[in-house]
Amino acid sequence: MSHPLLIKNGRVLDPASGTDTLRDIAALDGVLVSPNALRGLSGVEEFDATGLVVCPGLIDLHVHLREPGRPDKETIETGSRAAAAGGFTTILAMPNTIPVTDSASTVAWIRQRAQEKACVHVLVCGCLSQGQKGEVLAPFASLKKAGVVALSDDGRCIQSAELMRRAFEHAHMVGLPILDHCQDESLTADGVMNEGYWSTVLGLHGWPAIAEEIMISRNAMLADLTRHRVHCQHVTTAGGARILREARSRGVPISGEICPHHIALTDAGLEGYDTNFKMNPPLRTQADADALVEAFREGVIDILASDHAPHCDFEKEVEFQEAPFGILGLETEAGLFLEHLHHRHGIPLMDIVRALTMNPAKLLQIPKGTLAEGAEADITVLDTETPWTVDKHQSASKSRNTPFHGQTLRGRAVATFVSGRKVWDLAGFYGE
Amino acid sequence: MDQTEIRESIVRMASDIARKEPNYPHAVLLGIQKGGVPIARALAAELSSLSGRTIAFGSIDVSFYRDDLGQRLPYPEPTVLPTDINGRLVILADSVLFSGRTVVAACDALKDYGRAAAIRLAVLVDRGHRELPIAPDFVGKYITTEFHQKVRVRDDFVAVVTYPNPTTP
Amino acid sequence: MSWKKKDLLDIRSLSVEEIGEVHAAARTFRDVIAREIKKVPALRGKTVVNLFAEPSTRTRISFDLAAKRLSADVVDFEASSSSFRKGETLIDTVRNLEALNAEFIILRHAAAGAAQFIAERLSAHVINAGDGAHEHPTQALLDTFTILQNRGRIAELRVLISGDILFSRVARSNIHALTKLGATVVLCGPATLLPDTFRELGVEISHDFEAELPKADVVYLLRIQHERQRAVYFPSIGEFVALFGLTSERFRLCKPDALIMHPGPINRGVELASELADGRNSVILEQVTNGLAVRMAVLYLLNGGQAPLEH
Repeated sequence: MSHPLLIKNGRVLDPASGTDTLRDIAALDGVLVSPNALRGLSGVEEFDATGLVVCPGLIDLHVHLREPGRPDKETIETGSRAAAAGGFTTILAMPNTIPVTDSASTVAWIRQRAQEKACVHVLVCGCLSQGQKGEVLAPFASLKKAGVVALSDDGRCIQSAELMRRAFEHAHMVGLPILDHCQDESLTADGVMNEGYWSTVLGLHGWPAIAEEIMISRNAMLADLTRHRVHCQHVTTAGGARILREARSRGVPISGEICPHHIALTDAGLEGYDTNFKMNPPLRTQADADALVEAFREGVIDILASDHAPHCDFEKEVEFQEAPFGILGLETEAGLFLEHLHHRHGIPLMDIVRALTMNPAKLLQIPKGTLAEGAEADITVLDTETPWTVDKHQSASKSRNTPFHGQTLRGRAVATFVSGRKVWDLAGFYGE
Repeated sequence: MDQTEIRESIVRMASDIARKEPNYPHAVLLGIQKGGVPIARALAAELSSLSGRTIAFGSIDVSFYRDDLGQRLPYPEPTVLPTDINGRLVILADSVLFSGRTVVAACDALKDYGRAAAIRLAVLVDRGHRELPIAPDFVGKYITTEFHQKVRVRDDFVAVVTYPNPTTP
Repeated sequence: MSWKKKDLLDIRSLSVEEIGEVHAAARTFRDVIAREIKKVPALRGKTVVNLFAEPSTRTRISFDLAAKRLSADVVDFEASSSSFRKGETLIDTVRNLEALNAEFIILRHAAAGAAQFIAERLSAHVINAGDGAHEHPTQALLDTFTILQNRGRIAELRVLISGDILFSRVARSNIHALTKLGATVVLCGPATLLPDTFRELGVEISHDFEAELPKADVVYLLRIQHERQRAVYFPSIGEFVALFGLTSERFRLCKPDALIMHPGPINRGVELASELADGRNSVILEQVTNGLAVRMAVLYLLNGGQAPLEH
């Protein structure tokens, strides 16, 4: 069992209770307790959080751990370490593994592996369709029984409106939220970057905004029809934000998430054909990035996630159109959101923390994202001000594919506590 | 060398050519780009007045034939041959003869245009320091120089020889 | 002489002066290739690799001959893009070529950015001979050279480029070259193959071919690359010809001295009537001859380029 834990003098931000005050946080036997409960106990581990922000452990509901199937890119062990180094205590593993996570046995394998190797909580997302082929629904009920907390075909998108409607209906009955990668594949054939000025200049096949917006619209209509909660992953366009705003204003159970790169970068970054700027969905325009920030400020989009997508160097070291999509995310995520949402756009820390804790917890219906006494003691300590420079060579991930190498950001996680035990701080990792 | 001295040299070279090359009225004078072109023009004019008929005059560029391409990139100038050089007497003209490499390049270039009956070399200044077995047939003036000095006849030809660094430190 | 670039990757990053240097050198090489001995020793001892990962006859032959006219040793390497995908990666292939001391790599590749990708990773000089739908810089250099030879200037000319613009690297390179040199460029073609985003490149856009013909000093026709496109872009070749084919009848709308240009190969009777291709206004074969001079000029200039490696 871990030592009793006392995090002292921090600015405690707990969106679930609306707390924003200087006070101590205490944990005993992996559970949050009143600091008074530690009185008289010996061996209390203390952490001085003076000048720092103490918040519920961050949750990232969009992470590719690549295991099973591609342990050369990432493993559950290395991915969870990257999560801890980014301040995340809970991550949701996307199901596009090899094999894909469309059966109870694969779910069981991942959960077993996570138990043995992961230093943070790893939750499992199951497939929407068998083999992620978009033809036949995956067995939602048995997936749920095996432990999945959400359903997604991330990386792919069910194209048939009918199959998607049945997925909504079935998932509603089973009680699992749907996370959808919104992409009309007929409009993105051969597409590798945002369709617009830069795709015209670079001669690369365009991936139009409307390919995403058509599917967000479809999802809004299906959510309205079935009254089932759908979450649109990595929203990237002004139009997508507008559709979400309209649907949510009518009470449709739909939400969206923003990934850091879609507000920190634009398609102009592709000028040199750097494959670290190749994402799915693609980097859009500055107007889109600005619209996303505004949508977040308004609360239209209220979940933040990384879409952590590790790839080997040799896979990215190819012609642009041949390279795989995606970049590392976990270790730069908090820094990028603090830099771009808080420092540059003045968005309150409370809103950012809420979108990384309470809101994803509510979507996944898990008892996390809170500093309430009695809850599991997952805690993240943030330094929201000190500038630091991203160094991909220091990453805990197995891969190095990030376009942010060398960038200076204001703010990052400085310590991560999982179940009352410190697993990482700036000095490194703390093993069993 | 001042203006008058150069003019006198040209006149003297022209009469040398007329004396040693009885066939000179049918010669082609080719200036090596760029410095040799005004020399060739002046020599052709002088020889024309000596012979009473127009002496053919043109230019030849040696950029592509240099053996130091890659170390420096000469800008190619036009090669203008006023006539077929096959079987003709060609008089190459240049302003300054130094290592001899430009002359060799000019001979290489000429070979690609035809087979001249003979090729002669006329230079306004021979400053020595030859690196190849090249000797001029007609010389305006011999000047003793240090290897690192620079000798230049200005473009307008009615000009002076300059010693930008007479005593190289 | 201010040429500093190690590679020729695109027109977009060239200055007006750099384009002018290529044209000036090309003028000299036009003289060289007109003589009886059409060869100079400028690239003697250098190795040029023609790496064509996409089928092409004319561009490959033009580069091949250009390098040989400069006395370089030329190695031809033809490989379909698919064999790259299956086997060795592009970067491994070119690193092998560099290990064999190739000083120049001329790359034709189906992937946009492929030339820049290898140029940043090699010390060899790289010439882009067409990368996907991105650029084909030597084509635009020879096209503008041909217009200059015929018109003496490019500024204030109105150049109509018609056909499949979306997938055309020739169109992109010419848009950059012509606008840099002061021409007004008008793009014409079916709406599906000419999206409005092209306007942002500083050109005019029209879908009315007949309205544009009387105003054009140069009519530049692009091949309609049906094999490259999915059928969704255009109903049929017939529909294309009906709207955008330069027929003899439509030609009567043109200025009497309008130049007709085409990068080849021509689909006779599709984008261009056969009699016009061979007619008085056509400079299509001049383009081919100038292509040789321009490619010699590019090889010659790059050989002297001293730009440091970017990576």
